[in-house]
Amino acid sequence: MSEKKGFTPEKTTLLFINNDSEPLFSKKNRALLTDPMDDNNPITVQVLGICSALAITVQLKPAIVMSLSVMAVMGASNVIISLLRNLIPNRIRIIVQLVVVAAMVILVDQILRAYAYDVSKELSIFIGLIITNCIVMGRLEAFALGNGVWKSFLDGIGNAAGYGFILIVVAFFRELLGSGKLFGFQVIPDFIYDMGYVNNGLMLLSPMALITVGIYIWIQRSRNRKLIEKN
Amino acid sequence: MGFLRKKLDEIKRPFRKGEKFEKFAPAVNAFDTFLFVPNHTTKTGSHIRDAVDLKRTMVTVIIALLPALIYGIYNTGYQHFTQLGSDFSFLDAFIHGAWKIVPMIVVSYVVGLSIEFAFAVYRGHEVNEGYLVTGLLIPMIMPVDIPLWMVAVSVAFAVLIAKEAFGGTGMNILNPALTARAFAFFAYPTYMSGNKVWVSEASSMDGVSGETILGTLAANGNINYSMFEMFQGSIPGSIAETSTLWIIVGAIILITTGIGSWRIMLGSVLGAAFMGFLFNLWGANALMSFSWMNHLVVGGFAFGVVFMATDPVSAAQTAKGKWIYGVLVGIFCIMIRVFNPAYPEGVMLAILLMNVFAPTIDHYVIQGNINKRKKRWASTLKTA
Repeated sequence: MSEKKGFTPEKTTLLFINNDSEPLFSKKNRALLTDPMDDNNPITVQVLGICSALAITVQLKPAIVMSLSVMAVMGASNVIISLLRNLIPNRIRIIVQLVVVAAMVILVDQILRAYAYDVSKELSIFIGLIITNCIVMGRLEAFALGNGVWKSFLDGIGNAAGYGFILIVVAFFRELLGSGKLFGFQVIPDFIYDMGYVNNGLMLLSPMALITVGIYIWIQRSRNRKLIEKN
Repeated sequence: MGFLRKKLDEIKRPFRKGEKFEKFAPAVNAFDTFLFVPNHTTKTGSHIRDAVDLKRTMVTVIIALLPALIYGIYNTGYQHFTQLGSDFSFLDAFIHGAWKIVPMIVVSYVVGLSIEFAFAVYRGHEVNEGYLVTGLLIPMIMPVDIPLWMVAVSVAFAVLIAKEAFGGTGMNILNPALTARAFAFFAYPTYMSGNKVWVSEASSMDGVSGETILGTLAANGNINYSMFEMFQGSIPGSIAETSTLWIIVGAIILITTGIGSWRIMLGSVLGAAFMGFLFNLWGANALMSFSWMNHLVVGGFAFGVVFMATDPVSAAQTAKGKWIYGVLVGIFCIMIRVFNPAYPEGVMLAILLMNVFAPTIDHYVIQGNINKRKKRWASTLKTA
C-alpha cells in the first residue's frame, strides 16, 4: 500500500463511525451538508456539472429525478470509496473510482427503469452520463479519499443537494416561463393568455439555462460578497 | 442662462454630499447634464480638451438615425394602406405609422432608462448616455405588429444581461440593441417572422402578402419588387431597416462626423458583395441566384452594417481589425441568409457573432504589429 501525501493517519477501521467522540451532527459535520448549498455550491461557485444543468432543466420533474439520482450515486460512491480509501493503490485510484461510480449509476438506472419508466425515458442518456458528472469524481478525489465514512457520506449528500437545488431553481423558471406549466400542469391561467401573453420560446433552448444560472450567480455574489474573487 | 443655472443648483441642494437624498444624486445629475455641460475635468494624468463628449456622440448618432426612422414611420402606413387597397395621402400614412411606432419608442425608453437609473442609484455611479441610442435602435429593428410588452421584455433582457451584467455602458461584449432583437427572435418566433407581422394590423386581413423579400426567397417564391423599390425602401420589413437610401444618408452623417467607422461599413459591403457574387455563380436556389447587388439593399443588411456593426464598444478597435471585422460581418451575413432559410435575416446573427470575436481580432492585430516592429528593430541593429 502506498502512502499518500496529505493523508492524516487516523484510526481506520471498517466501522461505519470512527471511535472518536465527535457527535454525528457536530458543527463541522453540519457544515459539510450546508456549505455546498451556498458558499461552496458545486454549480454556481465551483462551476462543475454545467452540462447536465443545461440538458435536463426544461421541466421540473426530470430535474428532481436527476437530483435524486445524483444524490443516491454520490452518497453511495462516497461511502464505498471512503471505506476502501486505505486499500486503493494510488496509481489506479481513478479506475477504481470509475468502477464504483459506474456500478452505482447502473443501479440507479435500472431502478428508474423498473419503477419510473416514463421519466427514465425522458432522461434517457443523462442518467448514464452521471458518471461523467465532474461533481461526483471531484468529491471522490477531494474528499472521500481522505475522510471518514460518515463525513464522506454527508459530503456526498450535501454536494448533491447543492447541485439539485440549482437544477430545481433553473427548471422551475424554465418550465414556468417557457411552457407556463409546473410538473406538467398549467399554472398560468387562461385569461392571461387571452390578454396576449405568450410563452417564452427562448426559455426552452439550452442557452437560457446558462443565462439563468448566470443570473443566479450574479444575485448570489451580490448578496455574498466573500465569493467575489480579488484580483 | 444664469437664472436657469441658479434654479437648478437650488433643486440639487438636497442631493449634495451628506444631504438627505445623496443616494439619488446620479439620477438628478443625469437630467442636469442634459441641460448644461458638466464642468468637471479629468483629475489625474494628461487629458485632451474636446467638445465632443459621450452625450454629443450619442446625439449625433440619433440625428443620423432620424431619416431612416421618419421614412420607416411613413413606410409602415404605406404598407398598411397599399395592402388594404385603399386610397391614402402622405399624411394618412405618416399618422398611421406614428400611431404604431411612437408607443414602441416610448416603451423602449421608459423601461430601459428606469433600469439604467435604478442601477446607477444602486451602484452609485452616474447614468451613462449609451441607452439614448440603444433605446431608439430597439424599436427600429422590430416588426411593426409586435406587442408592446414583448418590446418591454426584450429591452429589459438586453439592458440587464447584455449591458448591466457586464458593468454598464462601454463594458458590453454584445451590441445591446441586437441582443434585444435576438432575444425577441428566439423567444417569440411567431411574432418575429412570417408574412403577417411586417404589415401593421395584417393578422385580421385575408390576402395580405406581407412577407419580407428574404422570407419569400427562402420559401422559393417570386418577388415582385423592383430594384428601385428595394433601394428606396417601400417594401415590408422591420420598421426602419427597409430604406437603404435614407440609411446611406445616416451613414454619410456618421462618417463625416467621424463617429461611425467607414472601414467597417466598406468592409462589410465588400464582404457581402463578394459572398453574394460567389453564390450567384453557384446559383443552386432562389436565395443563391438572388443578385448580389440586391442582397445589399434588402433586409437589415444596410441598417445593421451602418448602425450596429459600427458600435464603437462591441466592434474591433484597431484599423486593420476593423477591416477584418467588417469583411467577416458581410461574409457571414450572406452565408447565414443563403444556407439557413430558417434565419433569413443573417445580419443580426453575423454581427453578434463578430462582436464575440472582435477582441480576438484586435489581439492578433496588435500582436502582429508588435512582432513586425520587433523584427524591424532587430534588422536595424544588424545593419548598424
